[in-house]
Amino acid sequence: MTTTAHVNSAAVPDLDNLAALESEAIHIFREVAGEFDRPVILFSGGKDSTLLLHLAIKAFWPAPVPFPLLHVDTGHNFDEVIAFRDHVVEKHGLRLIVAKVQDWIDDGRLAERPDGTRNPLQTQPLLDTIAEHRFDAVFGGGRRDEERARAKERIFSLRNAFGQWDPRRQRPELWNLYNGRHRPGEHVRVFPLSNWTEADVWNYIAREQVELPSIYYAHRRKVFKRDGMWLTEGPWGGPRDGEEVTELTVRYRTVGDGSCTGAVESTASTVEEVIAEVLASRLTERGATRADDRLSEAAMEDRKREGYF
Amino acid sequence: MSSLLRLATAGSVDDGKSTLVGRLLYDTKSVLADQLDAVTRASVDRGLSTPDLSLLVDGLRSEREQGITIDVAYRYFATPKRSFVLADTPGHVQYTRNTVTGASTAQLAVLLVDARKGVIEQTRRHAAVLALLGVPRLVLAVNKIDLVDYDEETFRVIAKEFTDHATSLGYADGSVLTIPVSALAGDNVVERSARTPWYSGPTLLEHLETVPVAPDPHDAPFRFPVQYVIRPRTPEHPDYRGYAGQVAAGTVRPGDEVVVLPAGLRTTVQRIDTADGELAEAGAGRSVTLVLADDLDIARGDVIAVAGSAPVPTDELDATLAWLSEKPLRPGARVLVKHGARTVQAFVEELSSRFDEQKLSTLESPETLQLNEIGRARVRLAEPLPVDEYEVSRRTGAFLVIDPADGTTLAAGMVGAPLPVLRSDRDVVSPGP
Repeated sequence: MTTTAHVNSAAVPDLDNLAALESEAIHIFREVAGEFDRPVILFSGGKDSTLLLHLAIKAFWPAPVPFPLLHVDTGHNFDEVIAFRDHVVEKHGLRLIVAKVQDWIDDGRLAERPDGTRNPLQTQPLLDTIAEHRFDAVFGGGRRDEERARAKERIFSLRNAFGQWDPRRQRPELWNLYNGRHRPGEHVRVFPLSNWTEADVWNYIAREQVELPSIYYAHRRKVFKRDGMWLTEGPWGGPRDGEEVTELTVRYRTVGDGSCTGAVESTASTVEEVIAEVLASRLTERGATRADDRLSEAAMEDRKREGYF
Repeated sequence: MSSLLRLATAGSVDDGKSTLVGRLLYDTKSVLADQLDAVTRASVDRGLSTPDLSLLVDGLRSEREQGITIDVAYRYFATPKRSFVLADTPGHVQYTRNTVTGASTAQLAVLLVDARKGVIEQTRRHAAVLALLGVPRLVLAVNKIDLVDYDEETFRVIAKEFTDHATSLGYADGSVLTIPVSALAGDNVVERSARTPWYSGPTLLEHLETVPVAPDPHDAPFRFPVQYVIRPRTPEHPDYRGYAGQVAAGTVRPGDEVVVLPAGLRTTVQRIDTADGELAEAGAGRSVTLVLADDLDIARGDVIAVAGSAPVPTDELDATLAWLSEKPLRPGARVLVKHGARTVQAFVEELSSRFDEQKLSTLESPETLQLNEIGRARVRLAEPLPVDEYEVSRRTGAFLVIDPADGTTLAAGMVGAPLPVLRSDRDVVSPGP
């Protein structure tokens, strides 16, 4: 009978979990290369975008990656991450486009927020840069395990001319046949890591020995406490009066805008130690270290509707 | 490393699907403290005394407001034995569209019924769609068993009715399991329940952890849609030419004789390349790059197939369509068909029948196919495609129907008639003019 015809042939071992996820991501990269005119990879130097780049390199080997990289730089980044970003670009001979939030503030298109965080300010420079370069496919490292609104995201996610996501009008995603059709002005966000979890990402980083910025591993750092998170000193304003600086052994679980990305106390200094810590943690990576997701119960959904990743 | 099981859920509104998924996540300790805090806070705000686990999965603002699930969401959980990707599909009016989406990649589906209501129309319809999409295994979770006082007889009646229905859809005995559960109380989801001593089968999680994952058909004939031609033109690789893609069916080894479709050129596989080195063989699901012995003109959209058992490219498809758009299908419609890595122009010549999932019967020559309806159609293609029957190969027998005007995905297409009932109305489609 038709529905059981496939069940019995277990002679060849199946791909293990990580190999299956890798093959799926490579398939997605190649679909985009084949279907779109002007794709770009969003690259911040964080672990997810570094993994994204690693998979892109594997997808097109031995040819170079046929897309440029785009970094939306809030101006509040960690020095180690910017150094790592430039090192990776140099090493693989890639083209990097940087959209600096500061430029948008300087010419009045954006205004600094009273709370000093620039994370929400990334949306407009991102959309402006997509329009300027006429990018039609934009790869992001988003994963569906990160957040409830992201769990609804498609691998190919159509955005209108304003970059907006409408969760009620998403295309059904069938088999591995991705529909990248779009009208002029629209673009598609593509998430090859959709089906990966934080544990998958770390296990794969360990298996493939992917190099990451040093701040993912334990180091001594001067930090101060704000809203229950350990923030580091920096140009984003801090410490303020009454915020006391102490030196701790910490590491970062996510890498984003310094004003809202907190460090966790940790002595994990190798990939293996980080994996053990991630598996034992009782907090999600965003719950632990991202202030911007705490703004409201639907913070991520609201930002995605506006065009954020 | 553990294997990966892709599963989908299906069930009607209010039978507790979100609670079951929340329970699976919660009891496998896949829910972390900050997520649980958020759910507890939201539950207290609603005046509930215990955390409402359904809030773990209903992620959109309007879903929480209405207490329903609107769109397919994907959940991830893992045990030491296996990793799971769960497509959580809503049960309300857009049932078929969402079930089709969740089922297209699922190796197993969990259907829910309310023990007080038993098998209802929606259950039959969902099971039919799952069978149509070729989901190899079904689980029926008879939920809210606590509300019928853990009554064995109630469970037996529902289990028999469902198993009979599944059998009529073509499921063999071993591919369907029925389990009495209470998602709310946690009976037989992860923890074995002492309140159903008459049930000796596995808990839902035990079954998910141990059920054989229907492997992609490695012993099927080899199929490889070419996604992208890799030509570095770098000093290190001046003459390299490789064909990148994912093995859609079967297995390939160096030395295999292959044919490139639709042109029909024959050659031999010289090497299977990956960034990590050459492979001695590559089975279904693996993304690789093939280097061929002869320098042929091959482009994205071509299909490389094993020489002895290659499909014959056809410009007329006899197919089953699950219609997913508010815009109804009428014969004569001009559409695009995406199969593998190729998109071709097409038009729908004839609607031959419409499937009634409830009665498991077909209606001849309908005038339209509306949202959520399934039917058989004859589709003319501007260029021939090397398709397989869907019931033989889920990957190479599937296609998308796309609106050429705005790019909307209109239908899930399956070559042939994957359900016996769809076949019964007419035997073979006559050759085109």
